[in-house]
Amino acid sequence: MLKSRFFNKVEKFNGTFTQLEEHNRRWEKLYRQRWAHDKVVRTTHGVNCTGSCSWNVYVKQGVITWEHQATDYPSCGANIPGYEPRGCPRGASFSWYEYSPVRIKYPYIRGRLWKMWTAAKKDHENPIDAWASIVEDPVKEKEYKTARGKGGMVRVHRNEALEMISAALLYTIKTYGPDRIAGFTPIPAMSMLSFGSGVRFLSLIGGEVMSFYDWYADLPPASPQVWGEQTDVPESADWYNASYIIMWGSNIPLTRTPDAHFMTEVRYKGTKVVAVSPDYAENVKFADDWMAPEPGTDSGVAQGMTYVILNEFYQQQTVPYFEQYSKQYTDLPFFVDLTTSEANQDHVTAGRFVRISDLTSEKVSNSEWKTVIFDQNSHQFIAPNGTLGQQYDEGKKWNLELTTEDGQAIDPALSVEATGETSQAIIDFPAFSNEGNEVVQRHIPVKTVEFTDGTTHQIATVYDLMLAQYGIKRYEGDELAAKDETDATSAFTPAWQEKRTGVKADLVTQIAREFAQTAIDTNGKCMVIMGGGVNHWFNADMNYRTIINILMLCGCVGVQGGGWAHYVGQEKLRPQEGWANITFANDWEPGGFRQQQGTSWYYFATDQWRYEEMDNQAQYSPVYKGTHRYLNNADYTQMAIRLGWLPSYPEFDRNSLSFTKDYGTTDMQAISKHVVEELKNGKLHFAAEDPDAKQNQPKAFFLWRSNLFASSGKGAEYFMKHLLGAENGLLAKPNNRLKPQDMVWRDGDTTGKLDLVVDMDFRMVSTAMYSDIVLPAATWYEKEDLSSTDMHPFIHPFNKAISPMWESKSDWQHFKLLAKTFSEMAKKYYSEPVYDLKTQPLGHGTPGQVGQPMGAIKDWKKGECEPIPGKTMPSLKLVKRDYTQIYDKFIALGPNIMKTYAYDVQPQYNELKDILGSYDEGINADCPRLDEDKNVAEAILHMSTASNGKLADLAWKKKEARTGEPLEDIGRGHADDVMSFEKITAQPQEAYPTPIGTSAKHGGDRYSAFSLNIERKIPWETLTGREQFYLDHEIFLDFGEGLATFKPSLPPQVMGPADTDIKPADKEVTLRYMTPHGKWNIHTMYYDNLEMLTLFRGGPTVWMSPKDAEKIAVKDNDWVELYNRNGVVTARAVVSHRMPEGSLYMYHAQDNEIYEPLSTITGNRGGSHNAPTQIHVKPTHMVGGYGQLSYGWNYYGPTGNQRDLYANVRKLEKVNWNED
Amino acid sequence: MKIKAQIGMVLNLDKCIGCHTCSVTCKNTWTNRPGAEYMWFNNVETKPGVGYPKRWEDEEQYHGGWTLNAKGKLQLKAGSKLNKIALGKIFYNEDMPELDNYYEPWTYDYKTLFGKERKHQPVARPVSQITGKRMELTTGPNWDDDLAGSTEYVQQDPNMQKIESDIKKNFEQAFMVYLPRLCEHCLNAPCVASCPSGAMYKRDEDGIVLVDQERCRGWRFCMTGCPYKKVYFNWKTHKAEKCTFCYPRIEEGMPTVCAETCVGRIRYIGAMLYDADRVEEAASTADETKLYEAQLGLFLDPNDPEVVKQALADGISEEMIEAAQKSPIYRMAVKEKIAFPLHPEYRTMPMVWYIPPLSPVMSYFEGRDSIKNPEMIFPGIDQMRVPVEYLANLLTGGNVPAIKQALYKLAMMRLFMRAQTSGHDFDESKLKKVGLTASRAKSLYRLLAIAKYEDRF
Repeated sequence: MLKSRFFNKVEKFNGTFTQLEEHNRRWEKLYRQRWAHDKVVRTTHGVNCTGSCSWNVYVKQGVITWEHQATDYPSCGANIPGYEPRGCPRGASFSWYEYSPVRIKYPYIRGRLWKMWTAAKKDHENPIDAWASIVEDPVKEKEYKTARGKGGMVRVHRNEALEMISAALLYTIKTYGPDRIAGFTPIPAMSMLSFGSGVRFLSLIGGEVMSFYDWYADLPPASPQVWGEQTDVPESADWYNASYIIMWGSNIPLTRTPDAHFMTEVRYKGTKVVAVSPDYAENVKFADDWMAPEPGTDSGVAQGMTYVILNEFYQQQTVPYFEQYSKQYTDLPFFVDLTTSEANQDHVTAGRFVRISDLTSEKVSNSEWKTVIFDQNSHQFIAPNGTLGQQYDEGKKWNLELTTEDGQAIDPALSVEATGETSQAIIDFPAFSNEGNEVVQRHIPVKTVEFTDGTTHQIATVYDLMLAQYGIKRYEGDELAAKDETDATSAFTPAWQEKRTGVKADLVTQIAREFAQTAIDTNGKCMVIMGGGVNHWFNADMNYRTIINILMLCGCVGVQGGGWAHYVGQEKLRPQEGWANITFANDWEPGGFRQQQGTSWYYFATDQWRYEEMDNQAQYSPVYKGTHRYLNNADYTQMAIRLGWLPSYPEFDRNSLSFTKDYGTTDMQAISKHVVEELKNGKLHFAAEDPDAKQNQPKAFFLWRSNLFASSGKGAEYFMKHLLGAENGLLAKPNNRLKPQDMVWRDGDTTGKLDLVVDMDFRMVSTAMYSDIVLPAATWYEKEDLSSTDMHPFIHPFNKAISPMWESKSDWQHFKLLAKTFSEMAKKYYSEPVYDLKTQPLGHGTPGQVGQPMGAIKDWKKGECEPIPGKTMPSLKLVKRDYTQIYDKFIALGPNIMKTYAYDVQPQYNELKDILGSYDEGINADCPRLDEDKNVAEAILHMSTASNGKLADLAWKKKEARTGEPLEDIGRGHADDVMSFEKITAQPQEAYPTPIGTSAKHGGDRYSAFSLNIERKIPWETLTGREQFYLDHEIFLDFGEGLATFKPSLPPQVMGPADTDIKPADKEVTLRYMTPHGKWNIHTMYYDNLEMLTLFRGGPTVWMSPKDAEKIAVKDNDWVELYNRNGVVTARAVVSHRMPEGSLYMYHAQDNEIYEPLSTITGNRGGSHNAPTQIHVKPTHMVGGYGQLSYGWNYYGPTGNQRDLYANVRKLEKVNWNED
Repeated sequence: MKIKAQIGMVLNLDKCIGCHTCSVTCKNTWTNRPGAEYMWFNNVETKPGVGYPKRWEDEEQYHGGWTLNAKGKLQLKAGSKLNKIALGKIFYNEDMPELDNYYEPWTYDYKTLFGKERKHQPVARPVSQITGKRMELTTGPNWDDDLAGSTEYVQQDPNMQKIESDIKKNFEQAFMVYLPRLCEHCLNAPCVASCPSGAMYKRDEDGIVLVDQERCRGWRFCMTGCPYKKVYFNWKTHKAEKCTFCYPRIEEGMPTVCAETCVGRIRYIGAMLYDADRVEEAASTADETKLYEAQLGLFLDPNDPEVVKQALADGISEEMIEAAQKSPIYRMAVKEKIAFPLHPEYRTMPMVWYIPPLSPVMSYFEGRDSIKNPEMIFPGIDQMRVPVEYLANLLTGGNVPAIKQALYKLAMMRLFMRAQTSGHDFDESKLKKVGLTASRAKSLYRLLAIAKYEDRF
């Protein structure tokens, strides 16, 4: 009988308020079943977020259900919080992609191209001819290129796609040369094999791969400038060792989500946290103090702080810790020659470093590369050990010991005043402003000396220069010095900066004092966490160097818990040597790869050079005039190319395979002679001199692991128009008022340069939509790969939670199959081996970096010197290529890998044969197999010092022998350890200490950049061998950047004088257009993810202040349209009082395939966040052949900065989708 | 005295980075299925702001939680059982939040991106997941994230409206707090009391509040009754659903998904023992500012031998008692009094507690001489951007001194630790004023900062 429950007797309590529920609870199994799963697989995401978090993916009945973070990282010890549970909401939503409607399941080809191809193949037996019949027919090529991005892709079989690609490649190689084939894939650390796959293929065939770190403007040029190091930073757990942290242009909770807790937690340890941000950003919530400078004025704030530190902690008192640090580890005691100021004949200005060659006529090796201090013990000028010159002295121990060769202690004088008799001079410094640059006059003590050439010179130390620049009062009655920090009339004081930055002088003074005092109390445990907010500017290096100056003055760099902590891009690939050798195919042809500088390549290939509005007048110093000035930055780039400062591929205006045939020789010397001759007499040109000529254009482009056309294509509409020939929103017109002098200017537009764009991706985003061939990539949960980052010290894997779905494959497998098809086609149609003449810039860390002494420009084209390959122009190299062997090489680890190590790795190579198996016959006989992804991972781990302790041990010994400093102990704990894929899958493994980094930390201590230099006295790879406040290359002095100084952001420009006329709107406001990284996406990744779109506003947005919104009568969530000469974006307004007036944020990487209406201005689809951006190359970033200012791929080169921009904003009155 | 055990949570808002990882991992594990699209068992709100559902704290609109009637007797704000029957309200519930109060879940016509060639580049546009029709987006579950649309939403925050002093929405005075929210698993759960079907219950062994999916009849009075609006209606199954405190994991000794995946490491889980016989009495405390303390009074000292004895007699397991003894929740909420319940004035006796956030100095306090006076290095409690009254409206029913005490304690702990790490002297008698000793300050520091996995869960 059914009993009514109301009459049941149940237990009551809490008076009668509560009763005990007695129903059965079997239903609870419902949620238990939901929770139940079959397996959990460790893998990660590869998205250049710098997180490199280990994730557990849950699988139920073969279906990926969800992901949670792994929590089993090795501990940081009992007194530091752990790394668990690294992750973020973006990563947590990844599983959505697996079965989502944006998933690319099959190979696709642009429908129109496919039709032409099938027809052409009927007419041509040879597929290479078939390809030629399309791309050499102007009507046909235009038809499929203009259709790019508009949909209409058709599904094809993979082998058909691979055949078309191979035909295009072979045609291009034969007709134009292999350097007309290019590839872009960024940030290897985020998925190392996947990066390596295409680069290995391209390196084997002779194509070029773009750099990315500089292109992204994530590279801080200041790092190579100051330290001769691409970037090295502490792991995030080292924040926990800091006692004072400034977050400067780095919005930690948003962009360092997994690491943010170290910052929030260290506050409880008593660490003060300061935020510097123009908006009330998410990280400001955690700060104790907040400085909100006007965007782009950060160097002003840093200079105000520097004034206080120099004045109160150097001039007014001697802090022994600071003094010792700056004498031993910085260039402050080094002497600089003072030359006549351009502004005033009676004044001096800072010139180049004094060299020992200036002061002694005795024969000293590499004397032009040895800079000079004054030793207070021996009372004489000497070149101390550790300079670049000593680095090249054979057989010498190269270190930073303050002793002479015979063991006498030396004591560098900080100031020239210690040298005895000195006098006083007036020195001019530049002070930059958008209202006109000024000359700052100061007193400086100088010593007059006679150089070996008989000329008389006034010299002073960098320390003297710094005190003079800041107007530190060294003598009573010095009317040129600042009165004190409240002196607003004296440049670079806190009061001076307030007028430029808007930050109160007393706050700047307070923070500076606290920072320095904390550094004294803790021996340097003060840290600045810095990032894109200050690095993405045209004058980013001024922001960075002024901040780094504070850190160096307070002895923080190289100290555990101190120094800079720059995190922009996942730059730290830990198992480096094995990875690089496989990636660039050094195992077959060491040095046969082409590593192109991304920014300059795009600058020419997308024709942005033709639209330059910026002449450099405002950037030049009023007190110094260099010998080589150009109005147009394209001319600077040309100079950089011909002097061997920057690489330039495509190389010449002829096929790089033609030289040996044309000259009838393979003798390198003979070829060099011919090339030099032809260059001199103008018969041979660099292709970059005429980038629009048909034979000089890039023809085929590979993209994988990237969404270049939206995410990182600065000047996206120039890409659309010139590179792709697609519909675009470009409003600018070529600027024929500012033509470069050293380039060919062609009237009329060159559009659609690329014949073939190949993309591999797992989601349909704009790059896939604008490509001609799309291959379905396996997701991060469907393949094996490796991951590492600078944020944490671990190496951990990607693993297959499930097999690749539909027809997807890993990138390694795709390129392997392409190599196979390509090689087979080559056997039929292009079987003879060829010689490829390769140019190469003067490389950092090679003898090329001592190619061009004294920082003086000598241009062979102007007859100032002879063109000498490898010294005054790019070096030349002959590479033998056999296109029939690409596949056999791709799938095997070649024996030449052993030549690339400075120690014997034969045992490790042999071990790999046993671990991976090897081939029986052919050119790869007895070589370890690289045909499977896991094999590649295993080979990388086995051949790298960070993951094979034996190799690290050998490398430390090598370095110990070179420097004479004991180092072997650092790696000793791991000498018998080696990582395997299985081991890192069981648990993330901490990378072994290796000399490829700059940390001396071991035994469980946190990775701390430059601690090797400080603790073990290893020189920096700079001209002085020290951290440099001063840079003396001619171009730096010309741009007023010898010492770091405030430079304003580029002046506002929305439209150029000759650009397209825009119909005026009733209400419009001009705002700074900035694209900081956002909260709901990592680049365009996750931007299309339904969960992330749901958690904010579901489409493109821009953030603006209530005041600005009011000016154009825009309310929250209204559609707006914003434009400048570069392009147009439509988006909805987010109105918030956390935004400062005058600035607009369009958070980075809002791709335009989601909810993006048409523009009323162009009538076309609104662009991505990159539509209003353009490339601004900076000449100082091009300098090469000079110490730390030498080219390295992703190490030095012009950045693709995109912050110095403005846009007009108006309400989008009519929202039109126009979907036919 | 009747001792019951309760699993509870503390969230340290001072560490919350507002990343929403908790929301996403929770959603993927529990509610990414038809009928549950709009459900976020766990969500994160930016305060000041309207939250999700919009203005959920406005109980004048939603009538959630409890109130005292004229006789001072505790009753549901939405009306008694009698009220439901007598007035026929069971068939018409005007207090019920509607879909628009949450948001209409959407997706996109992504397939367009693979479609035919068009005049312009194709785009994916939003489509409703309810109707399948195109829609324009005007609201969502986190629409006012990070002060987005503050011109519209900040003033609508009921906690702001309660503050008497003038708080300007301008750049110079901007402040915000992240508030992650889940079911409170209240000691005095109004949802359970509201359910006409008897489908909701509080588990005897751990206090987790659940909706029996077999017994639920879809009356939805739990949605009204819950002042936190943390019970949802699944429009496919026609049942109410809510946060289960991940009982399938808790039963296996694992923390909840939201807690384990919390990247800010702000969440702690632990057990509490309380006197279930005094819940009604405590919840009936007349003065709203005293409710927080009244709730504290319910918790029993798990190390008191008498309590242990009685607990065992009342059927509490040894494991649960041991868990209560080690409980970080007990330490932070009861012992150190740095964690507070969310809106105690709802008289629900909620069991998800929050540590209030510190915040930067207001601009008019800048430029202090912290070299001569090291205590000036951190913002004083009265100089902070987040108004203490705002936090009190959120966490103590307006009890400002309680919030200040907690912030003083956190600030003093920082100063003490700063002296330790920078080698400066520190007058330890200052710790006493905030109820700390040197060793207690150190262990509190470790709990908040070092916070290893096993210390949190």
